[in-house]
Amino acid sequence: MTEEKEGKKYTTISIPTPLAEKIKKRIEGTGFNSLSSYVTYVLREVISGIEEESEEAFSKEDEEKVKDRLRALGYLD
Amino acid sequence: MSKPHGGKLINRLVKKESSDVAELPKLEINTDLSEDVLNISKGVFSPLEGFLYDNDLESVVKEKRLADDTPWTIPILLDFDKQDIKDLKEGDAVLLTNKENGVLAQLDIDEIYTYDKKTLAQAIYHTKDTDHPGVANVYNMKQLLIGGKITLLDCKIRQFDNYNLSPRETRFLFKEKGWREIVAFQTRNPPHIGHEYVQKTALTFVDGVLINPIIGRKKVGDFKDEVILSSYETLMKHYYLKERAVMSILRTSMKYAGPREAIHHAIMRKNFGCTHFIVGRDHAGVGNYYGPYDAHDIFSEFPDLGIIPVFFRSFSRCTKCDSVVNDKICPHDQKYHINFSGKKIRELLTNGEIPSEDMMRKEVAETILRFDKPFVE
Ligand SMILES: [Zn+2]
Repeated sequence: MTEEKEGKKYTTISIPTPLAEKIKKRIEGTGFNSLSSYVTYVLREVISGIEEESEEAFSKEDEEKVKDRLRALGYLD
Repeated sequence: MSKPHGGKLINRLVKKESSDVAELPKLEINTDLSEDVLNISKGVFSPLEGFLYDNDLESVVKEKRLADDTPWTIPILLDFDKQDIKDLKEGDAVLLTNKENGVLAQLDIDEIYTYDKKTLAQAIYHTKDTDHPGVANVYNMKQLLIGGKITLLDCKIRQFDNYNLSPRETRFLFKEKGWREIVAFQTRNPPHIGHEYVQKTALTFVDGVLINPIIGRKKVGDFKDEVILSSYETLMKHYYLKERAVMSILRTSMKYAGPREAIHHAIMRKNFGCTHFIVGRDHAGVGNYYGPYDAHDIFSEFPDLGIIPVFFRSFSRCTKCDSVVNDKICPHDQKYHINFSGKKIRELLTNGEIPSEDMMRKEVAETILRFDKPFVE
C-alpha cells in the first residue's frame, strides 16, 4: 500500500507487534517522534553500508598521466 | 576510502569532434554555472549526471534528499529566461558554453519547468531576507529551469590546474599512498595555528589529510587564491609529513547555506574519497542567519551519508595549558584564552607586520607578505 504524505510516497510494512512495542519504548525521549521515523533512520543506515559501488579504472595510458601529475606535486615518488 | 555518493562515481567527459555537435544551438552560461557543469562531469557532484529534474528539486527542498532517497541538500539548477530558450523544447539537445572557462558541454533537455523562488529560498537558506547573499542569488535567477544530463566536450586549461584533482585522481592518489581513512579540511583562508591544530588533531587518528581550499569567486578583502595556495605549500613543507598530507583545490561557489551547505561540502569530499570531514563553528554561515552549531546538528538527519563529520566547536590558545586547546580538553577560564582572530591577523598583515608565532607560523606569514597585494581589491 502506498500513500501520499506531504507530497512524498510512503508505504506500510509489517513488523511483529512486540518488536514495535520495544522500539516505541526505546525511542521515548529521543529525537524520534514516531516508530516510522526511527525505522526509516535505521534502514537508511543499514542500506548505505551494503550498497554497491562502481568506478571506472584509468586506462594504462591515463594512469601514467595521472601518476606524472601527482609526482609533479610531490605526492608520489 | 569512501564509496562514491549514491554508489557510482560519475564521469561524463567525452572527446567529441566539434563537427559532431556543430549544428546544435548554443547557450552561453555564467561562470558559476560552468563550474557546476565541470563538477557534474568530473563526478564531484556524483550521483548527479546533470541539472536537477523537477521531482528531484521538490524532494531536495522538502526532504533534503534526491527523489531516490539519496541525501542531497543544495539544488544544482540551470536557469534560463523564456526568451533565451523559446526555440527549444524537451527532447532537444543544446551546447552550453562559457567563454571564461572555455566550457563546451552538451545538455540533453529532458525537462523545462517552473519553480517558486520563495519556497526555494526559505527551504535552502531558512530565510527570505534578500540581504542574505544566497537568497539574493535565488531572487536573481531566471524564471525557467532545465533538467537534463550533461556531457562535457571541452574546457580550458586554467590557473592552478596542477592542484585541480578530480575525484578519480584523488581516489587514485589515496590508493597509491595506501590511505584507508582520509580527513578533508575545507578552507578559504591561509592557515593560522588554530587551523593547523584542528587538521593535525584529526589527522592523528586517520591515515592522511586532504587540504581542500575552495577556489573561485571572491569578495573584496578576501585573500587571493594564489596566497592561500602558497601559504599552505609553505606550511606543508615545514610542518607536515610528506607521507600524510596532500592538497587539491575545489572550484565551486560558496552558497552560505550554513547547515545544508555543510552536508553538501561533506558529500563532495566523500566523492573525493575522504572518510572524514571537519566541520567547524558556523560552517558556511553568513551574518547571524544560523546558530553556531546548526551545521553540526543537521548531520544527525543523515545516517546514510557515508562520510563521518569531525566536529570542532571552538579552539584557542590557553596560556595556562600553554598550548592550543579546544573546549573539550581545557578546563580553564576564558581569561586564559587567546582566540585566533582571522580579523586581527588580517589587520597585521595588511600593515606589513608579522603576527605573533602564537597565531601564525613565521614562514606562513612571510610567504603571505611576499605578495604585493595579498587581498582581493
Ligand atoms: Zn587551559
